[in-house]
Amino acid sequence: MATYIIRRLLQALVVIVIVTLLVFFIMRLLPGDPLLIYLAQNANIEAMPPEMLDTLRHQYGLDKPVMMQYLNWMENIFRGDFGESIFYHHAVGALMLERFPVTVHLGILALLTSAILGIIAGLLAAVRRGKWLDRIVTPLTYIGITIPVFWLGILLIYLFGLKLHWLPIFGYTSPLEDFWLSSRQVVMPVICLAVFGLASNARQMRSAMLEVIRQDYVRTAWSKGLSERVIILKHALKNSLIPVITLMGIGVGIIFGGSVLVETVFAIPGVGRLLVGSIFAQDYVVVQAITLVIALIILVVNLIVDISYGWFDPRIRYG
Amino acid sequence: MAEERNSMIKFEEAPPRVSEWKRFRRVFLSRGMVVFGLLVLLLLLFTAIFATWLAPYDPYRPGTADSLLQPNREHLLGTDILGRDTLSRLIYGSRTALMVGFISVGVASVIGVSLGLSAGYFGGATNVVIMRAMDALLCFPMILLALVVASVLGGGISNVIIALSIATIPGYARVTCGLTLSIRENDYIMAQRAMSSGSVRTMVRHILPNALPPLIVLGTMQLGNLILAEAGLSFLGIGIEPPGAAWGAMVNDGYKYLVWNPVLSFAPGLAIMLVVFAFNMVGDGLRDALDPRLRGLL
Repeated sequence: MATYIIRRLLQALVVIVIVTLLVFFIMRLLPGDPLLIYLAQNANIEAMPPEMLDTLRHQYGLDKPVMMQYLNWMENIFRGDFGESIFYHHAVGALMLERFPVTVHLGILALLTSAILGIIAGLLAAVRRGKWLDRIVTPLTYIGITIPVFWLGILLIYLFGLKLHWLPIFGYTSPLEDFWLSSRQVVMPVICLAVFGLASNARQMRSAMLEVIRQDYVRTAWSKGLSERVIILKHALKNSLIPVITLMGIGVGIIFGGSVLVETVFAIPGVGRLLVGSIFAQDYVVVQAITLVIALIILVVNLIVDISYGWFDPRIRYG
Repeated sequence: MAEERNSMIKFEEAPPRVSEWKRFRRVFLSRGMVVFGLLVLLLLLFTAIFATWLAPYDPYRPGTADSLLQPNREHLLGTDILGRDTLSRLIYGSRTALMVGFISVGVASVIGVSLGLSAGYFGGATNVVIMRAMDALLCFPMILLALVVASVLGGGISNVIIALSIATIPGYARVTCGLTLSIRENDYIMAQRAMSSGSVRTMVRHILPNALPPLIVLGTMQLGNLILAEAGLSFLGIGIEPPGAAWGAMVNDGYKYLVWNPVLSFAPGLAIMLVVFAFNMVGDGLRDALDPRLRGLL
């Protein structure tokens, strides 16, 4: 187990290095010089003498070899300096600190919703296989993994916002400021972010549960005369949860991906909308920083999921 | 007594041979949902091919009719802000969806499968380098990676295809690598090596055919995901350039006039969902018919 964890950590370290290289060099794919892109938005390039360009280039370290630039960039990130946004004239680190909590707030709610409801739905569908409950839940899970989240958002806005007037149709308020308004505002975005994970959790849970209740030890439990409740919740549930845990790691990625779309639909000032805005504003320092942070979060979550396997299922042998 | 023995012998005869194709067809078509998915896909293909004849109006030229007409007999789904017929644009949008889906899956599968085969076959350092790079790519959510790559390369549908291909490669590489690792251990591969067959030949002629069924299933399911991702990108305004028609962009255009005519936004979204659903169903059916052991894995 210990060797497995160490090996897994070393692997993760290699992947982290590759991720940073990818993020750094993807920005080098941009046609032209980063300095020129920067200047083009700030000043009149033609009017600038070439010596001044050279001075600026030196000042930003852009005359150094690419590998040195990469190392400088990494060094700054370790110090918490993500550079400065061209569009917002603001430190990117501070900008992200402002926006990430919003996305994380919605994301955690969505993750919890998809886990709890997904597990319950899948469990019920498996236990009542072929009955009316299963016949409702299973087709719904198929819809859940195919529906475009942005479109679902629009449908919800139309129904609950414009027709029924139950919920506000856009915006975000911090729960610390106005808890009631905040809760009403997050309902629809959280549904959108959760729906894919909910459906895939339910599917995974259903098939895992069907697998487990065929096992001998469950039959033994039945023959001992235990009640269905005890058998399912105490004996079968634990073992069928293991495959669902893998999906949690994937779920974080899906939520961050979805936040780009959902935050656009509901005009939520989170990190997804910041990313889209920065892409259109060609503010690549911000794009670079956000991409890096999201990738690292996903990497760490998946690492935790991988390692926690052994804790959830001691039968798993680490080869 | 003798008669009885005779009948027993008869009984133990091998069951009649069922052709592989017949068995495939029986399992594949056994579920109603799969048949439904197949029909949707055939309809989609038909629509995309014959869009020119099927579309009642020019989907691109503004001012074909009054702007923002409600659905009526001439314009079944109404018209958009520029007076273009929504149904015609919906029909032409099927071309965008299918083109992006098929080209991306094609490009990604060729690259991903080559990488996965090499990683699994050569093992060692090759495996480590390739698979860690794939792990790194998997740290980026598909839509986010495609968004960033497409924006760096600049708009346009071909750059969206490149971006989506890059985002799809790691899935193929991973599955192919896993399959190669297990197929490599078979005796016939060792026999092939003993006959001093080259690595490329062994990989392409002997390992790849055995890895094909799961890869076909993966490809079908990826097609759905790619169409969903393309819709997401064009919803955000990346990829298709006006006057081109893409379903995601149409959802966004219609969103602005949601109160006036919700059909503008609802119809293209429904089309996306139906097509993705169909690809998933056909993928499910192919999996059951080609290799039921893959249940729960793909």
